[in-house]
Amino acid sequence: MKKHWPILVVDDEEVMCESMAAWLREDGYHVDTASNGQKAVEQARATDYAICFVDLKMPGGMDGIETMMEIHRVRPEASIIIITAYATVDTAIQAMKEGAQEYIVKPCNPQEISMLVSRILKLKKLQSENAILRKKLTRQYKHHDIITKNPRMQEILELTQDIASLRSTVLIRGESGTGKELVARAVHFSGNRAEKPFIAVSCAALTETLLESELFGYEKGAFTGAAGQAKGKFELADAGTIFLDEIGDISPKLQADLLRVLQERRFYRVGGTQEVEVDVRIIAATNKNLAEEVQQGRFREDLYYRLNVIEIKLPPLRERREDIPLLAEHFVQRISSELGKDMSGISAEALKVLIAYDWPGNVRELENVIERAIVTCRNGSLEGADFSWLQSSGGHSKNWEVPDVPLGELERRAIVAALERKHGNVKEASTALGIDRSTLYDKLKRYEISH
Amino acid sequence: MSDLCLVPIGDVSPNVMEWIENAAAEWFPLPIRRLPALAVPEGAYDAKRQQYQSVEIMKLLARSAPRDASRVLGVTDVDLAIPMLSFLFGQAQFDGPVAIVSLCRLHQEFYGLPAQEKLLRERTVKETLHELGHTFGLVHCSDPNCAMSLATHIELVDSKSEKYCARCGSQLVQRFARNGGT
Repeated sequence: MKKHWPILVVDDEEVMCESMAAWLREDGYHVDTASNGQKAVEQARATDYAICFVDLKMPGGMDGIETMMEIHRVRPEASIIIITAYATVDTAIQAMKEGAQEYIVKPCNPQEISMLVSRILKLKKLQSENAILRKKLTRQYKHHDIITKNPRMQEILELTQDIASLRSTVLIRGESGTGKELVARAVHFSGNRAEKPFIAVSCAALTETLLESELFGYEKGAFTGAAGQAKGKFELADAGTIFLDEIGDISPKLQADLLRVLQERRFYRVGGTQEVEVDVRIIAATNKNLAEEVQQGRFREDLYYRLNVIEIKLPPLRERREDIPLLAEHFVQRISSELGKDMSGISAEALKVLIAYDWPGNVRELENVIERAIVTCRNGSLEGADFSWLQSSGGHSKNWEVPDVPLGELERRAIVAALERKHGNVKEASTALGIDRSTLYDKLKRYEISH
Repeated sequence: MSDLCLVPIGDVSPNVMEWIENAAAEWFPLPIRRLPALAVPEGAYDAKRQQYQSVEIMKLLARSAPRDASRVLGVTDVDLAIPMLSFLFGQAQFDGPVAIVSLCRLHQEFYGLPAQEKLLRERTVKETLHELGHTFGLVHCSDPNCAMSLATHIELVDSKSEKYCARCGSQLVQRFARNGGT
């Protein structure tokens, strides 16, 4: 993930700036240079630098310490390393007191600087992982966690903001994996209930009796094993939001119980005689067409109208293909960071494959596909070949089929494949192909592999 | 077709140039051409540090490169440095046409030990692959055996192998398959 930690080198001497930048680029970092303090501060405004190397002595204009303080004002998180000569070490120590993370005396040993950079970035990586984990732990996703430039989705996001602080029931419809729970969380965490609990229940996962006690709680002795009183999800969500996923799958009895809660905001615990009153906002979701379920007599009409006060219909991913590149880049960045794999991104060719695919499992499927590709990928970026199995998963014959291409193209592919198998060693690839280096070389030329 | 050119800078033994040519031919599917030696530029000498500024030599290489050269690798026996670092085994323009390898610190004699030709050959090949790898867009590799791993002292050069790891090698192949590495 080195690309994600940009570095700035600030020095009035061009040779110093450029040679240092070139050395760091060989390590895979994105490096910018600035020839004076003022330019450095301007650049820091535009780019979130992880590390800034700042020369202590810069004649005319801002000196190193002033530059450091200004950069800190713009980018408090940036680590500043002061570069100094032997004669000015005392001032460098002063710079440390003013907030520099480190100082180095030039010229220094390559090992020293390499270790210093990796130590600082290791710390930064930990800090950023910590922030991600903390966010995951609280799972307080807001609407800006939904990544989209699709006009329909943007309208939906605006709607979530408008309805966030109301108590009205919301019904979210959409195919599996379209992000129904994410939208429900966005509604909850954008409104005035954000500090209160958000409780999610999957109605399809439990049997009728289990779901009943799960939702409403139970009294001691209500059934075998009910050793004490237990609060249900409705009580736990008091003052907050309950998210009832797969609402189309609940039994007629539970539909009746739920209707009562929606009407009166009161219920009995299983085996209880005392009513419990709650202030809960209900957000329900389904991948079924509830209106049709009503017509078929499988879902209560009165409950449907109670639930369907505000309806949000999420489009499937195939109807918002413009979001696929954005989502893919986001997942690559997040998953590679979680898995600790150094990925630079995803190629244009790979994106083409992803955009062309129909995604029956929607965004969740895309996320899983990218995770699988990152786990199995051997390069620093995801290429079209990492997703080739997506196209071939349609139950085609597993036998090798000769592609319908000219013979020359077959030979070209065989050469590239041999080079790949031999990890780029031209001599070994020519042996494997049964030709000598000069023949291979001629063929590479003919097929424009080397042009 | 763009050539990969090899240029001695100052006195460099023909043996060394042959090792370098063989190593380059083993990994890069480009015509390899040896160019006549260039003199070490006087302006690159830093009398205070008794070393040569590699940036100046790389500028000379860029200026004197033939038009049809895809990459130019300079090879020198002088000790290289940049203002920030006390020495360099070599330097490259990342994803660019020019690179340089210094043999100075690859000789056992530099460390006060008797000369060992085999060791010098191995070190030269490793540094050649390393710097040329940078010119074809390879960054430092985390595999300590790979020629692309960062060596900040001679022991680290010795612990690498004279080849790219599977990941770096495959990246090179993909680059050549895409655009011939240019």
